[in-house]
Amino acid sequence: MSDFSSDNIIRRDPRAEWIARNRLHPLHDSVVSAGRGEVRGPSGLLRKNPHLVGFIGPNGIKRIDRANTNSSAIGGKKWSAPQDVVLPLHQVVNPEGYIVVVPDMVGGRLTAHDKDILGLAHKLAGEHANFAVVAVCFGESKETQFDLAGVDRLIHLFGSEFDGFAPEARLSALMQIDAQYQPQHWLFPDSINGGADLASRLAARLGERPATQAWQVSASKTVCRGASASTDITRETPKILMLLEECGDAIDETRHEALPLDLDGYGLDYWERAESRLVDKGLIAVDPNAIPLAEAEFILSAGNGIHNWDQFHECARALGATEGASRVAVDDGFMPRARQVGASGTWVTARLYLAVGISGAIQHMQGIGQCDKVIAINTDAACDMVKRADLAVVADSEEVLSELIKLAQQYPLSIDNVSNVNEENSDAA
Amino acid sequence: MPPSVNMVALVSVGRHPQSGRSRRAEQDGRAVEMGMNLSCDIDGQLSVVHVGDSKEPVLRQYAGMGLDALTVLEQDSGLDVLPGVVTYLKETKANLVLTGVRAERGESSGMLPYLLAEQLGWPLVPRVAEILSIKEGEAQVLLALPRGQRRSITVALPFIATVDNAAKGARQTAYGPGLRAQLNVVESEDNTDDIATSWDISPAKPRPKRMKVVKAKSAADRFKAATAKPAGGGGRVMKNETAEEKAQAIFDLLKQEKIVR
Repeated sequence: MSDFSSDNIIRRDPRAEWIARNRLHPLHDSVVSAGRGEVRGPSGLLRKNPHLVGFIGPNGIKRIDRANTNSSAIGGKKWSAPQDVVLPLHQVVNPEGYIVVVPDMVGGRLTAHDKDILGLAHKLAGEHANFAVVAVCFGESKETQFDLAGVDRLIHLFGSEFDGFAPEARLSALMQIDAQYQPQHWLFPDSINGGADLASRLAARLGERPATQAWQVSASKTVCRGASASTDITRETPKILMLLEECGDAIDETRHEALPLDLDGYGLDYWERAESRLVDKGLIAVDPNAIPLAEAEFILSAGNGIHNWDQFHECARALGATEGASRVAVDDGFMPRARQVGASGTWVTARLYLAVGISGAIQHMQGIGQCDKVIAINTDAACDMVKRADLAVVADSEEVLSELIKLAQQYPLSIDNVSNVNEENSDAA
Repeated sequence: MPPSVNMVALVSVGRHPQSGRSRRAEQDGRAVEMGMNLSCDIDGQLSVVHVGDSKEPVLRQYAGMGLDALTVLEQDSGLDVLPGVVTYLKETKANLVLTGVRAERGESSGMLPYLLAEQLGWPLVPRVAEILSIKEGEAQVLLALPRGQRRSITVALPFIATVDNAAKGARQTAYGPGLRAQLNVVESEDNTDDIATSWDISPAKPRPKRMKVVKAKSAADRFKAATAKPAGGGGRVMKNETAEEKAQAIFDLLKQEKIVR
């Protein structure tokens, strides 16, 4: 009798077995996973059941979602939202030497060029023991990611004397830094944003012979371009370097401290003593249509959706925008060929691109690939330009443009009303 | 009575970017053009100076712009040009020096105007687009900034200006007048450039293009990076608002980006 006691009898559940055999049954998953757990084979090895990987697709075929693209759609395991990866912190305690980088900070932010140079500075610092990379930043800064860009120490110099065009005040600050910290290297971007000018001034004042247009730098050897980029000059690495774009790789795997570094005599009358022989009278309003389209900062571009061309030109005048056009507008004869943006026209680099009535052919989208911000005005909410835009307005262009003209004319400090803009716009400098 | 503005334009031998042949340097030509226009407008006198070989045919291209004479400080190639220029400028009591930003041959470091400014103790005005006026020893200068912007500054004479590509283009040169122009050859002292002799100069190697490296830890990440569509669609779409609200949103973004000041 004891053989037939209730706890020894293995009871089969034919329904559960049937469900387990039927992959399409709605309860299949729950039935199969009920008996799951850690399964060990006869030799004690952990067994994985390959049949339990994946899910059954809508037509009954098993799918394995390796890219994990629609994990949230499956009821199973949920992946948490992409976690903020905390990069390892690179610390330099009591640095024995410094490598100073003077970034351009166009618009108050580190440019890609600046980040490459910071990466190169770390490559140079790695060849010495315990060196810190210092960034010198003048004026107002909007940059929030000095730590991720590879700045170990930061010298941030505020003050009206550094605003606008002030190479002499900046030079005297750099001379002070050189005297106080005696950096191993000074790294500057060889750019038209002021980096090359400041570097040349410092080199002339210190009596150092700089390496200009350097593109391959190690602790001992530097390769520079010479003779309008037709020769390579290989030389010993000097103290002051002006570096071309893509000279190094930007930092992306470490975090840095970006500790503030003091500068003796800062805030005293040191900088007031520095004679300023160049008197800045501010930026001059320029005719936006005289600026080459490729380097214009703000482009108002017209496409097939424009019917009132007088209004479009008036809007460009009111906003102070350079005019651009899509291929259709040019082919139809409303705009000159030189204004065409895109594959067979100009590739633009505007900071802000306002596309009116342009649906966004791929040839046009290529042309605006380097624009920072795109605004679209279009009647078709599904067009490619609306998808690309940071701000898309689904409306008829004529109404919105007339409202924009009104707003621009009401705005007190519109470019039209002021011929001489004294207020410093750091983005343009 | 000597002219109030004694301008000196420093010119060099250029290099055609495609053929590599000698030519009138782009920026130096603009510097001469600026000097010639200034000497018409104000009480000034322009002298054009070259350091190097006086038999160089390119000098005739500068002279063909309408110069009566050209000064050459005779010197072998590969020597330091700086001391000769400093002595010349001091002797001739120049008070405005115009040069290009960068030479098209040699090291083309663009350091010469800065070293001149340092040795003479003059201010340097970088990347000039136009000199608007020179009145009572003070010049009003327009600087060329990136993105076609201009900045106005004032500076007192004497000063050194480097001329940007945004300045007015150099006028056409005429062959005959170029040949007839007088060359004043001045012997200059030889100063070897000691540092540059140790350099190794070779034809430029093409720079490697930066590869787009995907730093993915797993195969799934690499697959995702290879097949990912360009990110987009993060923008704000305004559909049902009134035209005023839509225009206001656009205008706010313009203000936020400091496009409209």
